[in-house]
This record gives sequence, structure tokens and C-alpha cells, in this order.
Amino acid sequence: MTDVTQGRNHRAADTGPAAPNPYVESLKEALFTAVLVFLLGFLMVGYQTEVLQGKQMSYVTRYADVAWAVALMSAGRFLLTLTRFDRTLPALILGGLACLYLFGAGVIGVLELPIYESLFVTPDPLQPDTLPFEQPMVNVIFGLGALFVFAASARTRRRKTVGGQTIEVREAAEARQASFARNFSGILGPILIVLALVIPMKPWGDRQLVDSLVLVMTYVMLGWGLNIVVGLAGLLDLGYVAFYAVGAYTYGKLSTTLGLNFWESLPLAGAMAATFGIALGFPVLRLRGDYLAIVTLGFGEIIRLILINWQAFTGGPNGIGNIAKIDFFGIPFERNPAEGTMAFHTLFGLEFSTTQRVVFLYYVIIGLALITNFVTIRLRKMPIGRAWEALREDETACRALGINPTNTKLTAFAIGAMFAGFAGSFFATRQGFISPESFTFIESAVILAIVVLGGMGSQVGVAVAALLLIGLPEVLRELSLYRMLVFGGVMVLIMLLRPKGLLSYRVPTILYKDRKKKVMAPTPGAAQ
Amino acid sequence: MTAAATTHLADNTLLEVERLTMRFGGLVAINDVSFSARSRQITGVIGPNGAGKTTLFNCITGFYKPTVGRLLLRGPGGQPFMLERMDGFRIGQKAKVARTFQNIRLFPGMSVLENLMVAQHNKLMHASGWTVLGLLGLPVYRHAEEAARDLAVSWLERIKLIHVADEPAGSLPYGDQRRLEIARAMCTEPVLLCLDEPAAGLNPKESAELSALLLSIRDEFGIGLLLIEHDMSVVMGISDHIVVLDYGSKISDGSPLEVRNDPAVIRAYLGEDEKE
Ligand SMILES: Nc1ncnc2c1ncn2[C@@H]1O[C@H](COP(=O)(O)OP(=O)(O)OP(=O)(O)O)[C@@H](O)[C@H]1O
Ligand SMILES: [Mg+2]
Repeated sequence: MTDVTQGRNHRAADTGPAAPNPYVESLKEALFTAVLVFLLGFLMVGYQTEVLQGKQMSYVTRYADVAWAVALMSAGRFLLTLTRFDRTLPALILGGLACLYLFGAGVIGVLELPIYESLFVTPDPLQPDTLPFEQPMVNVIFGLGALFVFAASARTRRRKTVGGQTIEVREAAEARQASFARNFSGILGPILIVLALVIPMKPWGDRQLVDSLVLVMTYVMLGWGLNIVVGLAGLLDLGYVAFYAVGAYTYGKLSTTLGLNFWESLPLAGAMAATFGIALGFPVLRLRGDYLAIVTLGFGEIIRLILINWQAFTGGPNGIGNIAKIDFFGIPFERNPAEGTMAFHTLFGLEFSTTQRVVFLYYVIIGLALITNFVTIRLRKMPIGRAWEALREDETACRALGINPTNTKLTAFAIGAMFAGFAGSFFATRQGFISPESFTFIESAVILAIVVLGGMGSQVGVAVAALLLIGLPEVLRELSLYRMLVFGGVMVLIMLLRPKGLLSYRVPTILYKDRKKKVMAPTPGAAQ
Repeated sequence: MTAAATTHLADNTLLEVERLTMRFGGLVAINDVSFSARSRQITGVIGPNGAGKTTLFNCITGFYKPTVGRLLLRGPGGQPFMLERMDGFRIGQKAKVARTFQNIRLFPGMSVLENLMVAQHNKLMHASGWTVLGLLGLPVYRHAEEAARDLAVSWLERIKLIHVADEPAGSLPYGDQRRLEIARAMCTEPVLLCLDEPAAGLNPKESAELSALLLSIRDEFGIGLLLIEHDMSVVMGISDHIVVLDYGSKISDGSPLEVRNDPAVIRAYLGEDEKE
């Protein structure tokens, strides 16, 4: 709190005599919050019932937790109110420190780094831990609160310094941000690709890491596929996972009934998903905005319910098992291949190892994802891609120009669905087992979050977002219970700090001056 | 779509509006209006606010289905179209009617040049073999795209926006956006261009330039123009023929001079003045 008093002396000069003193106002707010938190939290937090020896009910008191909650909440309220009066520095510093402490301790603790012991754990057995609360979740909640305070002050500060008074200033700032995003992506994109290609190799390669990255890359591919629908065509599709499921089940059925291998099934799975995209899209694409979102969400659920209930064909809730694992273009990865066939390791004269299959899977998904990316970039520069973006910007104007809106949207839907189908059959061959549980709404939400977070239409942004949203929870496995919480918090934060996504920019699809590359700040898509 | 028209279009008639009525519930926005427009002519449509001018455009361009009436158009190559039976986008695609909007409707996040490329969508889709050939990078498509780009660039030079070709359309000043919207409509290579208040919000100098642009479009491309305009100096100065609407009904129809001296028109406009 010392910072605050210093801040007061420092700022006193520019407070008008009639204006309410920001510090007094903030203190009032903080006191009010303290009372409120105390009243609400005293019984709920302060006492916890416990069953003693399986029979008796008892309770333990947690007064310290109540005190911590009251203190932290009112401090947060105080800082936020100050921010409202444009006194952002205390919130920035204290919020930032609190974030660092809470998350730093949490992350270090979860990773069980030795430094945790020395930094955060005091030897006193009565106070085992210097984090304010016993339950990690409560710490995470307060961490998010601190993040919020930090973000709000950072935002207010930026608005004050960057300006926003005039449209020109704001546009210039947006253009600067976009051109930064572009330059940054231009550097980051190739680096990420090179990194992705070398990571499984010997000195770094580690089976667990590669396995996690396979998952991340699957989501990168799904994000790029959905980006066509949401980012380019501006169609808010909340049922994207349905096409992922169609692809997975297509391969599952083809593999278990007809014995087709992955490579034979891949085009069929894509075609099947695209067909579903057209079939589902046709009746719903006349709807706009929110209505479209609701109906696609419904269709996603319908597909899942069909998978659960059509026992005879889909195996119901038990799903489909024994799906053929991936093979090296017809050559299996097996220790003891069937009579008369060659296995991968004998062909290449290697020791048998299950890692070989994982690494191959990794390169397959990298290849599929890069194809998705490449096709998207090409499509954007085709008339169809321009029409997608034009539809996102103004459907009425498109009609007046003679563009068939239904067909144009359908192609976006179908192509997006096709890539989901590819990813789905990859998922099936990787898991060897699929069930409706893998295709719930939350998957659609995660994929959409990746697209929005990355910056709609930004290919590198989507990859970074997938790495953040899928990779981080993989790294912090212990935190998995609170994963959705952190996930929500990060989303809120990014939307506060970069409302258009992490790396959002738009380069025109055709240039008058070829040499000088232009960058523009993207307009918010219809879907936002 | 090409169902033989039972009414024969007179030789140089481009658009024949016959007994057009448009009702919204109980409100009659257009009441039994008939007139015709010709190629190589600018047909002005004037009338007080709420007279039904924009509604008339919306009927012609397929945004509304007329309650009653016929809209007969001599499309490209003299082919007749019954616009009242066509889907909105087909009117732009097949019958080649282009329009601008009273509230400008550009693609604000796309560049100026891209706006003009989108206008050539159907031509380019065809050339790209519905994207398949284009994806493969075949020269057929590359040549078509070059040609489309040249057309766009020539329009940008004509409307003096070539220096901002790569800027987002939404960042242009108002007057430039108006001209860009006209150029975009022209890039669809229409036979009939419908302009909804193109001079609104322009200063006198810009209005004069607009008049010159519209006259040059009429003379150079030989197409017909339908022009809704409140700015009398523009509409009286360049129209070959003017239709006056009031409360959905046609109250006058003739040359600018005839219309200006028509007592019904004077009454309609003075009545408007008294209210204000
Ligand atoms: N979609 C609609 N639903 C109901 N009423 C409508 C609709 N469109 C137009 N109207 C009504 O029809 C009448 C004519 O409107 P219109 O927009 O055609 O006038 P206008 O002549 O273009 O006027 P202005 O000069 O102000 O642009 C108005 O009373 C308007 O409220
Ligand atoms: Mg109007």
C-alpha cells in the first residue's frame, strides 16, 4: 500500500478542488467491497463441514482464508476504482506483482521445481505454503482477478497515451498494431515451421513432447480449417466438431468393415465431411449472424446424438475400436508384421520402437496442416476467396454485384468441413478408438476460441493460439482441473488487450503497387 | 428466366416499369407506377422524402418482390428479362443491372482495388474454372485476372483514386467512397446503372465532377442510368428525362423543363416546404 500513498502526493496537484478525490472514493468502494465479501464469504468460506471418523459431522474454521479474501478483494476494488479515475500506476504495479506471485508460485509449484521449495514454502509446519490459500483453485481465481486489474489498468493507460480522441489517431494506432502483427508473423511463421520440422529429431525429441505436439497440430489444422468459415467468410459456426466427427467415423467404419488403410480413407473422409457440410449448410446458410450460430450449434449436437443412438452403425456410446493404426504408405509399424509383409523398421534397418510411429504421425499431421494452410492462402487470392471476404463485409452489396451468396457460403462451409474431415480421420488413426465423447460442443468452442484468439483470418495467430490453448494445459497437466478457468481468464485478457486477436492483420489479396506491401487493420468480422 | 416477354419492348427502351405496386402491410410505398427508361439516357427519379424512390430501386434490383406489376428489361444482347420474377443476385449476374446504395455499401475492410475485383466476381469465377483451374495456377486464369485488374485500374484512374488503390475502402473520405461505389457498379459491366442519391453529402465542386462522370458514363458505355437525386442542380442539369414520385404515385413524367414547370410537382415540393 506504500505505492498508493506516494501516488497520492505525487498526483494531488492535478485534482480539481470540486472533483471527488479519487483516493477517498476508491477507499469507500474498497470498504464497501470488504463488508460485502465478509458478509457473503464468512459462512461459505469461514467454515467447512467435515465428517469425522465416518460418523460425526464437524467443521473446521478457515478464518485466515476469509481475511485473505476480504483483503484481496477490497485491494482489487480499490485499484480498479483508481483506474477508473485514470490513476493507473498503482493498479499496474500491484496487479502485475500479484499476478507474478500467484501464477509464478502456482506454475513453479505445479512443475515441482526445486526453487519452489526455497522460495514459497516456509519450513514452519503450521503454515505450509506462502500462497494465500490452501486450495490451488482459489489462488487461480485470485490470480485471474489480479490479471484483470492489471489488464484494466494497462488498457486505460494505453487509451490515455495512444489516444483515441480522434479517428485518425486511433486508425494510425490500429495500422501500427496491424503492421507490427504482420512483421512479427512474417518472422514467427518461418521460425515456427522450422521448429516444428526439427523438434522430433534426436537431441530434443522426446516421445511425450512429440505426442503432445501431435495434439497441438491437430488443433492448428482444425483452427485453420475453421478460419476459412469464420475468419474469411464470417460465418459463425458453432458446430464445427460435427465434421471432425464425420471424418473420424468415416475412417473408423472404412477401416473396420472394408479394411481400408488411412491413406485410402483420407480422401473419402474429406469428401464425406464436405458432403455433410453442404447438406447441413444448405438449409441454414440463409440465416445470418446469431441465428446461424444457434442452428449450427444444434446441428453439431444432432450429429453427436446420432452417433450415440445409432447403435447398430456407430457402436453407440461405446464407439468404434480397433481402428487400424497409421502405416507408412502401406508398410505397417509393427514389431512382428504379418507373414510375407515388411515392417517399417526392417525396411529401414532400424531397431523396432513405438516412437517411430509417433514421429511419423507427427509429420503426417504437420503435412496435413500445412496443406490446409497453403490451400487457404491460395483460396484467399481466388475470386471465391475475395467473395468470402466480401460476404463477411457486406452481404447486401454482394447481392447487388450479382454474387450468389448461398453458393459462396456453401463452398466455404464445405471446404472448411473437408479439412475437419481430414483431421478427424487422422484423429481416428492416432487413437485407434473413437466415441461420441470426443466430439462434444466444448471441442467446437475450443476450436473457435483458437480462431478468435489468434486473430480472425491470421494464419500464424491461429497457430500461436493453438499452441497456447492446447499446449499450455498439456504442459500444466496438474492444473487440468482449472484448465477451463485459466482458459477463460486468458480469453478475457486477450480480448481486453487485443480485441482483434493476438496477431490480426490483413494484407490485400491483390496489390496495385507490388513492391510496397500494405497492411491494414482488419474490420471485426460478422462473427464477433 | 428468359421466358419470352409477352409485351414487346419498343426499340430503344431499356426498362419498362408497368403498373408497379409495392405494399408493406397497409402502407403503399409505390402505387401503380408506370414509366420507361432508355439506353443512352439518364432518367432522373425525384420526389420528396419517403416518396418511394429507394423502394422502386429495391424492386428493380430484386431486393423486394413487387406486390403487383411488371418490370421488363432488355438485357445484354437484347435478351428480355422479367425482373419481378428473378432472384436478387441473378438480376446483377444475368440481367446486368447494377446499383449503388443511399447509405454507401462498400467492403470497408478490403482495399479499394479489391472492391473493384469483387465486382468482377462472376467473370473471374468462370475464368478460374470455378476455382479449380485457378488453384492449379493455369495461365487462362492468370490472364483473366490481369484483364480484370486492368479494368479496375482504368476505373481508378478515371475516378482519380489510383493513389489509394491499396488502402482500405473504409478509410476514404465520403466523396471518394461515393465515386468508388459507382466505379464498382460499373465494373460489373451493366446495361442499367441505378444510382441512389450519389450527390448526397458532396460539396458543389464534387457534385459538378459527379455530373461530368455520369454524363461520360452515359455517352461512352451507351448504358441507361436511373438517377435518384435530391440535388436539383445535378438532376435537372444532366437528366434526359425525369419521373416524379409523391406518396408512392407518379405525379409527373417528362423532360426537365416540363417537370420543373408542372404545377403538380411544384405543389408536392412546396407542400414539403410548408411542413418543414
Ligand atoms: N422494408 C420496408 N418495410 C416497411 N416500410 C418500408 C420498407 N421500405 C420502405 N418502407 C416505407 O416506404 C416508404 C418509401 O420509402 P423509400 O425509402 O422508398 O423513400 P425514398 O423516396 O427513398 O425517401 P428518401 O428520399 O428519404 O430516401 C416510406 O414510408 C418507408 O417507410
Ligand atoms: Mg431513399
